Amino acid sequence: MADYSIVGKPVDRRDAVQKVTGRALHVGNMEPPGLLHVAVLRSPHPHARIVSIDKSRAETCPGVAAVLTGADIAAMPGITPYHGPAFADQPVLAIDRVRHEGEQVVAVAAESRRAAEEALELVEVEYDPLPVVLDVIDAIRPDAPIIHEEIRPSGAFADLAHVKAGDQSNICYHYKLRKGDVDAAFAEADRIFEDVFTAPPAQHVPMEPHVSLAYVDESGRINIHTASQSPSFVRGELARMLGVPMNRIRVRVPYLGGGYGAKLYNKLEPIVALLAMTTGRPVKYSLSREEEFQTVTKHGVVVKLKTAVKGSAMTARKCEVYWDTGAFAEIGPRIVHKSGYTSSGPYKIPNVSIDSYCVYTNKPPAGPFRGFGVPQVIWAYDSQMDIVARGLGVDPVEFRLEHALEEGDLFVTGTPVHACGLKEAVRRAADAVGWGGRAAVPGDEPSLSEAARQTTEAAGTERPGEPASGTKRRGKGIACGVKAVLTPSISGAIVILNADGSANVLSSTVEMGQGSESLLAQIAAEELGISHDKVHVVQPDTDVTPYDTISAGSRSTYHMGNAVRTAAANVKAELFEAVAGKLEIDAADLEARDGRVFVRGAEERGMSVTEAFLARFGSLGTTMVGEGLCQPVVTPMDPETGMSEKCTEYWFASASAVEVEVDTETGRLEVLQFHAAGDAGTAINPKYCEQQLVGAATMHLGLTLFEQMVFQDGQLLNGSLLDYQIASIKDVPAACHPIVVQVPHKDGPFGAKGIGETGALTVAAAVANALEDAVGVRVRDIPLTAERIHQALKEAGK
Amino acid sequence: MERNISLTVNGEQRELAVNDADTLLEVLRDGLKLWSVRESCGVGACGSCTVLLDGRPVSACFLLAARLDGRSVETVEGLDGDGTLHPIQQAFLENDAAQCGYCTPGFIMAAKALLEEHGDPTDDQIRDHLSGNLCRCGGYPNIMRAVRAAAGRMSGG
Repeated sequence: MADYSIVGKPVDRRDAVQKVTGRALHVGNMEPPGLLHVAVLRSPHPHARIVSIDKSRAETCPGVAAVLTGADIAAMPGITPYHGPAFADQPVLAIDRVRHEGEQVVAVAAESRRAAEEALELVEVEYDPLPVVLDVIDAIRPDAPIIHEEIRPSGAFADLAHVKAGDQSNICYHYKLRKGDVDAAFAEADRIFEDVFTAPPAQHVPMEPHVSLAYVDESGRINIHTASQSPSFVRGELARMLGVPMNRIRVRVPYLGGGYGAKLYNKLEPIVALLAMTTGRPVKYSLSREEEFQTVTKHGVVVKLKTAVKGSAMTARKCEVYWDTGAFAEIGPRIVHKSGYTSSGPYKIPNVSIDSYCVYTNKPPAGPFRGFGVPQVIWAYDSQMDIVARGLGVDPVEFRLEHALEEGDLFVTGTPVHACGLKEAVRRAADAVGWGGRAAVPGDEPSLSEAARQTTEAAGTERPGEPASGTKRRGKGIACGVKAVLTPSISGAIVILNADGSANVLSSTVEMGQGSESLLAQIAAEELGISHDKVHVVQPDTDVTPYDTISAGSRSTYHMGNAVRTAAANVKAELFEAVAGKLEIDAADLEARDGRVFVRGAEERGMSVTEAFLARFGSLGTTMVGEGLCQPVVTPMDPETGMSEKCTEYWFASASAVEVEVDTETGRLEVLQFHAAGDAGTAINPKYCEQQLVGAATMHLGLTLFEQMVFQDGQLLNGSLLDYQIASIKDVPAACHPIVVQVPHKDGPFGAKGIGETGALTVAAAVANALEDAVGVRVRDIPLTAERIHQALKEAGK
Repeated sequence: MERNISLTVNGEQRELAVNDADTLLEVLRDGLKLWSVRESCGVGACGSCTVLLDGRPVSACFLLAARLDGRSVETVEGLDGDGTLHPIQQAFLENDAAQCGYCTPGFIMAAKALLEEHGDPTDDQIRDHLSGNLCRCGGYPNIMRAVRAAAGRMSGG
């Protein structure tokens, strides 16, 4: 690696003290004087017409300041009552009709949460139930009840400008890819493998539920404090909905108690803004855990894969992916598109056809979830990779390596692959788990920090070495895959250098645990040649911090990192000019390091930042300001073939290798060791990269083994943490290792790419593959519960 | 019904007027502004609101305050009152055991109860004891390391 002073170093988190003392500011801690609290009446029906709402008794309840219905909002002059990032299909409060259980119908703002809840009990709503469609396959049948007769365009994002709603169908978006001659390849195939995989809806379960606060200030501007991953989007969308200029809305975001995709786009912001405007007082809405499950979910999917093999090569693959986007499209169309085009995998297959459908059902809306749909398609294609390899009698690792795309190869879309450390990730994960009888070698990884070496130790019990016994069987599995980063998207940043050599970074990237604050400080410090602790990163504030598309999709390190680096470079250019003028030398000969600017190779010829300010301004009372922008673009895909010379800015590769132990008597599966490999480009901060890999893998282990939202007749049966289990400390495998692959990207900041989702992508397929290795049964539905495995063993006569 | 209770909070005796329906969480957050006590699941299943009640870890969201007259409650705010971090906080800091940090105060209080009962807990004891605290960032390996490090530090090791 190049000789960097701070990039690549495991710098400590700057928010750590606030977090271990419990003092970190969250929206939940904010209590402006006169604060009102919100409670919302939600639909008990998955699909119904609203016949009437009587809110008169609630309005006269003590402590109640306002009661709003969808009809009230629709009647407000100049207000657009619908929103959504892909289609404006979601009303702030239901209008005429409810489309999922838990849809918001009536909102109350009152002096206390309890007063608001009590008032809701006095609201009377009469419903006329409508036919319900819950299954994503049932929903596309011609006789299925239509959930949206009319869909309004949104226009919020450039990459969704081409998205047009289906006509009188629950399919609200269809992505299509055609490459080669699939039919001919199937006709000539030696063998054909056909499988259907499913994954259920699930929930993000951020420990901090959604919370938003709004007030109208003395100048009449609308101020929002919100737990959001997309402050810029919230401002733009609210301005559109409320019919006011963007600068009349100020959105601020403090630390988030987790996001994982749940806190993107508009969630509670429109209702608190409207209630604040109605009452003239500050209004806060904090979701209960139960409401969290009704607000946003992970897309359930049905994935049909058909693969042709000739000799030992895959010659064709046909993918049909049905995404259950629930009652509102949310960002579903983008997921269906971006993840859809990767659903045949990062493999050399000459003939491919992909159909990816976004389908409405009467479930809570599905949105982005760590991995943006890619974990669902990898679950399918890398389960099938194992099925094919085993069917051909080929080693599954070798089979993947043989077909994996390399530098310069064309992805299925026709886009060349660059800096995608897929093969290295597969090899290192396989070595670490002791694939193919090789001894497990987790210790041989050139781990980047002490943390990685100690993880084995942290895991404690040395189970992996012991032989399985009695009814228990062990097996190993591997899976790999890639995600393409969301493109186009935009990040802007401003860097302000102060006369004392300290700096402020203005960025709308949201710190939600990933370490972005510290990482952006490292990037700015490296470029400016100052110490990272002299850099303050300002929290998102749309009055101050420039536009950023979203803090999600493993895009911030690359996009915001590049924007910050460019902004810092522009400041540095001004600084160098000042020094060059004073010393009467060429600015190109200067270098900045340790708070000094000096002639390269002659360190004594130079000056401190402060001296440079004096040289430039004759005063210390000023600043140098630089702006940076990162705006990668794409070549639009051909609508018929899905081909594009450039469909994404970068790829990130993931590989998981696991060893499992399965009790053949009970079906219980335990993961004994887990190796999460991911390509970070350059690890700006290796500690955070490792945390992201392990954290994402742990989260998705829960989704693989037990998480699912269970519905009966459209009613969610397990919308509480008593009934919906997520991974606890006991579910972390005895050995859990991050493997940070580093294949620098030519345009990444110092070669870096994102890694926030990488560890999540390949968990499910790796575990299912290990399950088959252990006991010889293939399960094609997650979660891999004991019941399901037991049933599969029984059916297989084992 | 409203009633008066006496509650020792972080060593300080407080006389509080509470409603029968008020949870300990509501009293600590809304009443006393102890923001480290975090609401998350509301049913005592996630550990985000873990505080110590007479030294035992409890979920504040699942206890009625009116029943706690005369009891003693400890929150993270009470750990670094003198301006220096408690050894558990220091260990969490040094071992990068906080990511989004929302669950961190609950983990620290649960760890404190454990380490006061077992100076040198086994890994299985740590896991058992912390299994009621959930971290969605998946930072468990570092939390394990932090609790081990804190045990060493508190026992003078």
